[in-house]
Amino acid sequence: MTAERSPATGAPRPAAGRARRRLLRWGVPLAVFAAVAVAGPVVVPYDPVTVRLADRLAPPGALLPDGLRAWLGTDQVGKDLTAQILQGARISLVVGLTTVLAAGAFGLTAGVAAGYRGGPFDAVLMRLADLQLAFPSILLAILIAAVLGRSVANVIITLSVTRWVTFARIARAQSLVVKEREFVAAARAIGADASRIVRRHIAPFAIPPLVVVATVELGLVILAEASLSFLGLGTTPAHPSWGLIIADGRDYLTTGWWISTIPGLVLSLVVITVGQFGDALRDYLDPRAVAG
Amino acid sequence: MSTYLGGRLVYALFVLWGSLTIVFVAVRVVPGDPAQMMIGASGTRQDVEALRHRLGLDQPVGAQYARYLAGAARLDFGQSLRLEEPAVQAVGERLPATALLAGSAMALAVATGLPLGIAAAIRIRSAVDYLVSVASLLGQSVPNFWLGIMFILVFARWLRWLPSAGIGGMRHLVLPALTLALLLIGVLTRLVRSGLLEVIGEDYVRSAYAKGLSRRAVIARHAVPNVLIPVVTVVGLQLGNLLAGAVIVETVFGWPGAGRLLVDAIGNRDYPVVQVAVLCITAGFILINLLVDVSYAYLDPRIRYR
Repeated sequence: MTAERSPATGAPRPAAGRARRRLLRWGVPLAVFAAVAVAGPVVVPYDPVTVRLADRLAPPGALLPDGLRAWLGTDQVGKDLTAQILQGARISLVVGLTTVLAAGAFGLTAGVAAGYRGGPFDAVLMRLADLQLAFPSILLAILIAAVLGRSVANVIITLSVTRWVTFARIARAQSLVVKEREFVAAARAIGADASRIVRRHIAPFAIPPLVVVATVELGLVILAEASLSFLGLGTTPAHPSWGLIIADGRDYLTTGWWISTIPGLVLSLVVITVGQFGDALRDYLDPRAVAG
Repeated sequence: MSTYLGGRLVYALFVLWGSLTIVFVAVRVVPGDPAQMMIGASGTRQDVEALRHRLGLDQPVGAQYARYLAGAARLDFGQSLRLEEPAVQAVGERLPATALLAGSAMALAVATGLPLGIAAAIRIRSAVDYLVSVASLLGQSVPNFWLGIMFILVFARWLRWLPSAGIGGMRHLVLPALTLALLLIGVLTRLVRSGLLEVIGEDYVRSAYAKGLSRRAVIARHAVPNVLIPVVTVVGLQLGNLLAGAVIVETVFGWPGAGRLLVDAIGNRDYPVVQVAVLCITAGFILINLLVDVSYAYLDPRIRYR
């Protein structure tokens, strides 16, 4: 990657128009999802405690006895599914963003340091990364989540531990390339110490590719969180993750098909949108970049 | 070639040791006392002490680790805390069901992914190509546990064509295997399609046409074999995900395999079984990767002479 093509310089490219339109096409729905996740639970508050058995298993669009309409139906204890799904959106967003930020920050630091310093530190870190990749990541997540127990914070810890490797590898590869560049030698010649070189001259080059990875990882993390919660290893019923709602609905497929169906549809749409946005972002930032 | 295989074998052993260590560390870094965790809040002080002693948790970590590795070498991970048998035996009894499920899913994925990818590549930008692209995108984005539930809803509850849970004949296998296979079908189709499109512009493909071969012969004898290497790699890597995915799919369909045992054991805090189940799946993954490396040498003559 040369400086002229680097997204860091922001130089416009002729082919960028199509990529920008595609970025908008997926970015706008993504922004809507984020806005709904932030504002939704305020508009339709979720009450984890109150059980209203008179309203249980009302189909989508049903008019409840108190005159309110359950647009997405109610669940087996009469809780409004709309409120749960909105709350679940917030959990997906919080877990997704926090995990990606934590794993990304750790991966960036570890990867750049390993690439710049080389030697035993690099060797040990990369062997550790190899080892971790030898585990199917959802299996490692299941193991850690089982040990830690159920809570939103533990899901974030679990998924961060299983996801840092991708970030670290890319940051390291980037740092290996950049550290040979002349401006790094120049910085060293005028007396900059290692920490300054890494922070000011190398890390900025590792960040743009990591942003693309982070978007792709966001979708994977949201899926992983839902899977853990589905298995009963994620959030507790006080925080109705989509995975948890889907799991609850399994026992009511005959009498309440919507309980599992609707959150899964929403989850799939979000994951597809995030994935497409990630692809668009990669094309926009670096048209020559190869997938992966 | 023997140095190549020897190197891969040493590496596989290293990874196996690493996984054993990761599992050892993961189960012991719990904040608090693992014995207390396993027993739960209801246990008395004496119960916890007895379990600590039984699990060797009252010994120094170094000694625990040495004992753990020595036990692992003899495939001895202790007695299951809930089932009346050794943990290894409990998991071993469930492995054939998991192997059947994962194997069927793999066979299904290869049998559909390859032809679909080829069809999409030779009719690029056609309706077939477009449909295949959308389907493979869906296959990769839709969570498999939800998909499984939707299959149960439609095919077992509404249409009543197939059973929704348990193990039995082919009819029981269809839905779980399909659920597990869909992700891989999507991945394989995309891979074969893009691989073929790349290869089709190569000189040797043009030469094959020039010497008068039919399109079918060129695709089958010259183009497809060159796409197989990345396909084998991805199939190998994905088999690990398939085994991990089996944990979820087995839970959805009540399939009595090692994955469901793992989830049950987590619920029961049966840590010896959890350890063995995780290690079995990981060992399967490592073994498959080793086989993939070996198969390279057969598929690609360039590696044989290295």
